[in-house]
Amino acid sequence: MNAPHNRLMIGGALAATVALALAGCGGDDAGGGETPAGNEIAVTATDTECTLSKTDLTTGNYTFAVENKGTQVTEFYVYGPDDLIVGEVENIAPGLSRKLTVPLKSGSYQGTCKPGMVGDGIRQTLTVTGDDAAAADDAELAAAVATYKQYVATQADELVTLTGQFTEAVKKGDADEAKRLFPLAREPWERIEPVAEIFGDLDPIIDGREGDVPEGGEFTGFHKLEKDLWETKDISKSGEMADKLLTDVKEIAEKAKGAELTAAQVGNGAKELLDEVASTKMTGEEDEFSHTDLWDFNANISGAQQAIEALRPVLAARDAAFLGTLDTAFKNVNDTLAQHRKGDGWKLHTELTDADLKELSDVINALAEPLSHVGAKVLPTQ
Amino acid sequence: MSSSTDQSGLSRRAMLGVVGGAGVAVGVAGASIAYGPQGTAHAADVDGPIEFYGEHQAGIVTPAQDRLHFAAFDLITESRDDLVALLRAWSEAAAQMTAGRPAGATGAVDGHPAAPPDDTGEALDLPPGGLTLTIGFGPSLFVDAEGRDRFGLADRKPEALAELPHFVGDALRPEISDGDLCVQACAYDPQVAVHAIRNLARIGFGKVSVRWSQLGFGRTSATSREQTTPRNMMGFKDGTNNLKAEDTALLGEHVWVPEGEGPAWMAGGSYVVTRRIRMTIETWDRTPLGEQETIIGRTKGSGAPLGGVKEFDELDFGKAGADGTPAIPMQAHVRLAHHSTTNGARMLRRGYNFTDGSDGLGRLDAGLFFIAYQRDPRTGFVPVQLNLASDVLNEYIRHVGSGLFACPPGVKGPGGFWGEGLFG
Repeated sequence: MNAPHNRLMIGGALAATVALALAGCGGDDAGGGETPAGNEIAVTATDTECTLSKTDLTTGNYTFAVENKGTQVTEFYVYGPDDLIVGEVENIAPGLSRKLTVPLKSGSYQGTCKPGMVGDGIRQTLTVTGDDAAAADDAELAAAVATYKQYVATQADELVTLTGQFTEAVKKGDADEAKRLFPLAREPWERIEPVAEIFGDLDPIIDGREGDVPEGGEFTGFHKLEKDLWETKDISKSGEMADKLLTDVKEIAEKAKGAELTAAQVGNGAKELLDEVASTKMTGEEDEFSHTDLWDFNANISGAQQAIEALRPVLAARDAAFLGTLDTAFKNVNDTLAQHRKGDGWKLHTELTDADLKELSDVINALAEPLSHVGAKVLPTQ
Repeated sequence: MSSSTDQSGLSRRAMLGVVGGAGVAVGVAGASIAYGPQGTAHAADVDGPIEFYGEHQAGIVTPAQDRLHFAAFDLITESRDDLVALLRAWSEAAAQMTAGRPAGATGAVDGHPAAPPDDTGEALDLPPGGLTLTIGFGPSLFVDAEGRDRFGLADRKPEALAELPHFVGDALRPEISDGDLCVQACAYDPQVAVHAIRNLARIGFGKVSVRWSQLGFGRTSATSREQTTPRNMMGFKDGTNNLKAEDTALLGEHVWVPEGEGPAWMAGGSYVVTRRIRMTIETWDRTPLGEQETIIGRTKGSGAPLGGVKEFDELDFGKAGADGTPAIPMQAHVRLAHHSTTNGARMLRRGYNFTDGSDGLGRLDAGLFFIAYQRDPRTGFVPVQLNLASDVLNEYIRHVGSGLFACPPGVKGPGGFWGEGLFG
């Protein structure tokens, strides 16, 4: 994590404010990926009916909240002209609810339930009117955010799984296995850390370094266990701390999956990942006992790269040359980092020479500088 | 600072709004320094701007400003286009900052709130501060240590940019020596100088990496007869006998590269040698006054040559002292460095006192960051420094960093860029 907690808290507060403001303004969820309250459409699916709460719409993002009240597994599709699929959500078991968010331009669509998941389904016509340019912009940004949110969800799940394995090894007293799993469990965390940082209270509890703990506070989380494993070399009393870590990780993973994001936040998150690299991984401060900083370093970079992948269609449309600069800079970082591969993992920070660090620092600066402009480049055009 | 920002009306923010171009900026600054075609200067104005464009680069014969931030860069790109793009971007930013304006299209506070500002902002509200930015090209830009012609410039490398020989007593550290490019930022306000280097480094990310940099807190040379001679960290006046901006003929003879000498792109340029000279301050301070004076060859108080009366008295190397030996000893620094003993070698010195804190053993890490401009180092710095091999002063100093750079002529006007002729 970043050294000063204050910054994280401010970041979190800002993000929350932005999300609230967007939710409050009602009409225009610019690039938020989620829809304002007025744009949610309740869909009730039974074995014989498909009821939509609203069918006359204006252009924008819509979330279909599909509830299966029938006896068969169902699906919900939104079809455009010529039966092109605009969006779909599958495998909705009886009694369950699922959501589907799609951007809708002006035109005629069909909301379709498919009980039993076969056939043409039960169709309702949706009529959308309004300004397509704005909607297209919204849609592009929304799609980018949706892609990134899927990535966050995957990583959050992996984080819980690997942290579970790590804490299990600690509790069993298997130090070798715990040491092997420590850097691996941190990877999904480091890939999506800017999202976790939105929840300011949990981040320092999970990822605070010893020096970050305020006077009188308790040293907890990954780095406490890291110290027990590598420095104190005694995990016989670490079980409780391991349990706490897993509980906290599960909580933050759930929160991360539900986090509301804008495209600009996704872009800024990529930049923050590079800040992480520059301020704590380059210096070896992140994993001061295990020296496994390069695992975190690599995870930060791949998390940033995924954010740019999600934003790629938007950036390609708005500034293709800039996107090319980013791609080159990412390649240079990855190529430079690859020199420090060792087996399945990486060299320890202590195995890097000053010249190695200088070279890494140069490619990080070269990437971070353009990356710091991504947030502003993916703002809604309206 | 002789006048406040409010009085001069030349704060960077105000100028952004009021001033359209660098040419106008000079007109606005009523008290600014006026430059002739030779780049000679009149009285120093510590707040006003110094013209960036001209036949020669500013920052050479410009009356030495009080503060320095000098940076050496290594190129981390292999692309000649990148190098040219960098020099263009730097030149544009240099013209803006020397005119007292922020760098970039939208400056420090007028950009989009969701984007990082173009300019870092610490020079907002500060006057132009006599900022000059002077670029140089190191030997490794042309041909690197492995002999590679990195940017297709090998055949344009000046012969005068030959590697410096080893000098007796050199204790050079590679990490604070050499570099592909250098930028010398001088100003009357240290924040203005640091701001300039910081913003150029930022513009250069991905193309260049800062190899080393050096702050200087006080000038050690006078480069104009209008200036008093300052003192170095040994407490002696330094640069009494320096070449001065008013010595137009001597500048042509010893500082500026004439047309037809070396590659065409260097005509109107100059070569700079930098040396980070660490002084063993504590042992010097324990040296008796009389011995300090015979080591230097001047009195500590007035700066007069030994055997003379006033600072600017001619050095009389033939004059005997009371005991019959030369008044200025045979191994005195001023004798060994004087052009009469170095085959006429002369340079325009423009060095700065530095201290980078202390060295962990309780000693000041301080000394002189020597900067000298010359027409050809092979007939300038090199013979002088070779002659200093027997200098008693060497007991109190260590040369720990070294740099050699070819400084191209000035940028003629907007649209041009540093070193344009090198790529033509």
